[in-house]
Amino acid sequence: MTRRGMWPTLAAFLAVTAAVVIMPAERSGWDWGGVLSFLTAFAVTVAIYSLFTLGLNVQWGYAGVFNFGVVAFFMLGAYGAAAFTTGPATGGFDTYVGGLGPKLSPPLLQGEEWLPFLVGALAAMAMCGLLAYLLSFPALRLREDYLAIATIGIAELMRNVVVAERGLVNSERGLKGIPRPFYSLFSPDDYQYFYLLLAVLVLALVFLAAERALRSPWGRVLRALREDEIATAASGKDVTSFRRQAFVVGAMIMGLGGAVYAYERGAVSPDTFTHFAGTFIFWVMLVVGGSGNNRGAVLGAYIVWGLWIISLQLLGYPLPEALRVRIFYIRDLLLGALLVLVLLVRPQGLLPEERRVSVWVERLLRRAPPERAGARPAAGRAPDG
Amino acid sequence: MTAIARARAFALSGWQELRYRADALGGALLWALVLSFLVGAAVSSPDHFAVGLVVGSVYALAALGLTLVYGVLRFANFAHGDLMMLGAYLAYFVLTGAVVGTRRDVHLPRALDSLPGASERLGDLTFGYGLLLATLLAALALALLCIGLDRLVYRPLRRRRAGVVVLAVASLGLAIGLRSLMLMLWGPNPRLYVEGVFPARSFPFGVLLKTDQVFTFGLALGLAALVYLLLFRTRLGKAMRAMADNPDLARVSGIDTDRVTTATWALAGALMAVAGVLLALQAQLNPQLGFVVLLPVFAGAILGGIGNPVGALLGAMVVAMAQETSVGWEIFGRQLDPTYKPGVAFVILIAILLLRPRGLLGART
Repeated sequence: MTRRGMWPTLAAFLAVTAAVVIMPAERSGWDWGGVLSFLTAFAVTVAIYSLFTLGLNVQWGYAGVFNFGVVAFFMLGAYGAAAFTTGPATGGFDTYVGGLGPKLSPPLLQGEEWLPFLVGALAAMAMCGLLAYLLSFPALRLREDYLAIATIGIAELMRNVVVAERGLVNSERGLKGIPRPFYSLFSPDDYQYFYLLLAVLVLALVFLAAERALRSPWGRVLRALREDEIATAASGKDVTSFRRQAFVVGAMIMGLGGAVYAYERGAVSPDTFTHFAGTFIFWVMLVVGGSGNNRGAVLGAYIVWGLWIISLQLLGYPLPEALRVRIFYIRDLLLGALLVLVLLVRPQGLLPEERRVSVWVERLLRRAPPERAGARPAAGRAPDG
Repeated sequence: MTAIARARAFALSGWQELRYRADALGGALLWALVLSFLVGAAVSSPDHFAVGLVVGSVYALAALGLTLVYGVLRFANFAHGDLMMLGAYLAYFVLTGAVVGTRRDVHLPRALDSLPGASERLGDLTFGYGLLLATLLAALALALLCIGLDRLVYRPLRRRRAGVVVLAVASLGLAIGLRSLMLMLWGPNPRLYVEGVFPARSFPFGVLLKTDQVFTFGLALGLAALVYLLLFRTRLGKAMRAMADNPDLARVSGIDTDRVTTATWALAGALMAVAGVLLALQAQLNPQLGFVVLLPVFAGAILGGIGNPVGALLGAMVVAMAQETSVGWEIFGRQLDPTYKPGVAFVILIAILLLRPRGLLGART
């Protein structure tokens, strides 16, 4: 990508940033304290959603695994984490399994309240990984689109189970009162800044791990099989097994995202896990940002969630009634159109995938004088293995 | 020693033979399951069976369109259900001329409803000839729309040699866009072609059906038969099947593949519109319905063998039957909750993918 080709990226970033900062400031009468708090909430959501786009990037961007049921893993992660951190059901209207929070304090760590959250997040990851592993047997060894249909199916089935099985996770009422990590250490006003720090920390860890994986031989095999399955199989790689690994790892990242989401909201209910807000939006984020590029996945989450927030902010301005009642439908229409438009006009997304991803080649290039590095085509073109 | 070695070789060859035949066994098992299920359903609850036949005929039309696109153009069209609903809404629009307004609906000055006698009930049916005319117009419009979408979106992607999965992602974007468009124009509340409550008629074996349902079944099967004739008795159908078989070979044998693509979209679009109207006639017009039917329709197409039109018919029937009769099933000593209908389609899907991914009749013929 040349410098010229990055203009749309910069323009999109600046436009969204300007709108996200200026619109709430203007509406609140330039109260910068309120704006800061608003931007913190915005950034927390972007960080959480970036976890899902990173997970989807490992699946779709690296390996071409076609997951149209991200919401299934979102839901499982959020509910799984909630079941491990909330208190037990009080009876009456509330009935659910789990509620292990108070039990998870081992003798030597009395008073430490981080343990349930860690266990909840790990359990959420394990559950999502297991679900992906099981689903990969019928659906992953065949055509790509069969997995897409199967993941849509499991998402539907899970929502049915949550609503219909009254004793499982409290049905339509959802789980409330999920405790928030280290909540007692901060004043309620300052807590969101701490949570932003926590979410960004988790995101940074996942991001670094995903980058490292992409630049490892494992990541190169995934990209190779995405580009040419037969050639990869012919060079002795078990294609189905690699694809399954990518599916499971991506699902575990999504499970972690679900857990961080549940801790932030403090409540989960089945009606938030729709196909639109739990699957489609992550696809738009990843495709707009640039599938195959982890920085693109994060940037896509920022830009698309920024557009979402702008549409919410628009409601605060005087609008014609006919427009006001339809603004969310218009936004959804534009998001669908945006996905198609990016696929048509800029299929590589805002930040295109890097063709060269070997740490070794990069180190070589860094050590070698630039003109020599440029003169060696082998080092410049060592992409897929 | 030799006897042991021989026995071992025999056992090994037997195992090889078994693995070789596993696919055939899976097929036989699947057929046995399907047939015993159908007979069992017909005997134990003829009422649900009859409703299953009606719903199945609607799913069959939908699956036929889906499998045609899949066979000829090789991608899973996730916008299929939403295009169906758009067809149903277009028929509603030309019939009543109504669009949602800020307080109440806004009506066009003239619509098919205002033709003389257009809403007079035809015999025992709930609707008049207006709806039939509207369906025809909607089928035409949706055929044109599908051709337009192909020119605008899918053809440029094909020209760029984008993978079929990229086309599928684009179809997801279109699906969401179309659904939002329907919500914008007709609002989230369900609508009806004809208001009112109509009694059902009783048939032998305690079956209760509305005349509309009988009409649906007949129209769907008649259309399916027409599509069969088109595919297997005309030059165009032959060209479509050739392209489904091998697009490059079809092109070098002098088939105008662009024309065949256009014809496929036109046919699929018309089928979608009719399927959408018939689906809405069963219950109501609802923008969310398009996504709900996607899973059973896909499951039906895969069960029959994706790309196979006869298989789509059969598979869709079986899935609909399973969904309708599932209401009476007892699992773990408890009645199955009706919300599990999509789950039934999912279980069928997983079972086919495990037992015989080619489907009952074999994929793509």
